[in-house]
Amino acid sequence: MKVLSRQEDIHQFKDEILALCDEDASRCVQCGKCTASCPIAPEMDLKPSQVLRHIQINSSKPVLQCSTIWLCASCETCSSRCPEGIEIATLMDTLRKVAIEEGLAMGQKQIVAFDEIFLDSIKRYGRVHELGLVMRYNMASRQPLKDAHLGLLMLGKGKLSLFAHGIRDRATIREIFRKSRRFFGK
Amino acid sequence: MKVGYYPGCSLESTAKEFDLSFRTICKGYGIDLVDIPDWNCCGASPAHQLSEELAFALPYRNLLNAEGANLNTVVSPCPACYSHLLHTHKTVGEKMGLSSRLTEMVGRAYQESVASKHVLDFLFRDIGVERIRESAEKPLKDLRVVSYYGCLTRLPGVDIDDAENPTMMDEIISALGAVPLDWSHKTECCGASLSITRTDIGLRLANEILEAAKDVKADCIAVVCPLCQSNLDMRQPDVEEKNNRSYNLPLIYLTQLIGLTLGIDFKDLGLGKLIVDPVPLLRTKGVL
Repeated sequence: MKVLSRQEDIHQFKDEILALCDEDASRCVQCGKCTASCPIAPEMDLKPSQVLRHIQINSSKPVLQCSTIWLCASCETCSSRCPEGIEIATLMDTLRKVAIEEGLAMGQKQIVAFDEIFLDSIKRYGRVHELGLVMRYNMASRQPLKDAHLGLLMLGKGKLSLFAHGIRDRATIREIFRKSRRFFGK
Repeated sequence: MKVGYYPGCSLESTAKEFDLSFRTICKGYGIDLVDIPDWNCCGASPAHQLSEELAFALPYRNLLNAEGANLNTVVSPCPACYSHLLHTHKTVGEKMGLSSRLTEMVGRAYQESVASKHVLDFLFRDIGVERIRESAEKPLKDLRVVSYYGCLTRLPGVDIDDAENPTMMDEIISALGAVPLDWSHKTECCGASLSITRTDIGLRLANEILEAAKDVKADCIAVVCPLCQSNLDMRQPDVEEKNNRSYNLPLIYLTQLIGLTLGIDFKDLGLGKLIVDPVPLLRTKGVL
């Protein structure tokens, strides 16, 4: 596996990530501002600044298997506060895609499942059908009645449509999905 | 004045009242909103989490359709939709080879003619605070409002206000005759992207935000994001139960508050669709 072959060059993992998203983890000075600012740090197994440190010391496996990269909500607080100008949220995004590419056991499988069901809704209709999305996710995660009370409430307010309405040009959407690759230019 | 409009998926469903109230107030200001023809989902978080190319190609098709309809400006109510259109537009012009790759994926070339705006920016700069103040026939007297921006001002490509302490919405609240309150959580993340998959985290963050609003004795929270709104409104009863608290804080879209001052009917602003009922509060304050 690729993670095992990263042992010869101490810069290898950092350089791979740099090539994928132009974000240089070696700039991180471990000030901890990202961790202090992160609204989800309490639930993360590795704190954002620890993720950066792991990248610096070529420790790819803990990073690619941690819950952090999936729990990151892309709220961009870390990116906007980083004194070194590192776009940490972009880096998290890149790490998610590398984790999937390498087929590693992932920290938060249900989030990957949700993302896939969400994208499948776009692929089919061109738009997201919210009720269908939540129902399919609940079935996939074997919790069919999760948030059912909210579903009823929202239906009562006329805020959920029972059926999906597709856009006209679904052929282009299917083409976009067929051609899309994990990373641009890779 | 003709302006392009990109409602986005949430505004067809859980945030119908945001769509309704924005369309209604635009009519009041004489603005003709033209939907992007046959628009598609921007891809939201799942696209950029799983595929970089998909995250560019989906907004790219919307930019193409807007351009095809000669819409030079497109207004989006959802901060995520807005950021994805804006970021794609900017990156196409900056990143070598991206334009040709997207043209190949979507089948047409984009001439980079579409300027994206968020609803807040459009209200603040295009309609203008002064016009909003002058047209407020029924000012929101004594209504104590905290403005909640969430992550809007930090999203990729966005540069409309101070990232740490934005004030655009507060200035509009003040123009409406209401009392804008300073508070600690105006730009904190609501965790909506985890609301379904890690509801525990969404509930914790919602509780912190609601508590901060209550601390400054707010009557309600003004919002400009469909995801912030539903996370804090729809889940508020669950947050209250879990934390043994009573908040009863309506989450009112800024467009609905503006509509009230224009004297627009409650129903035409979709105020009945909010989960935390704003009616008792608005009656007490003499707004309804």
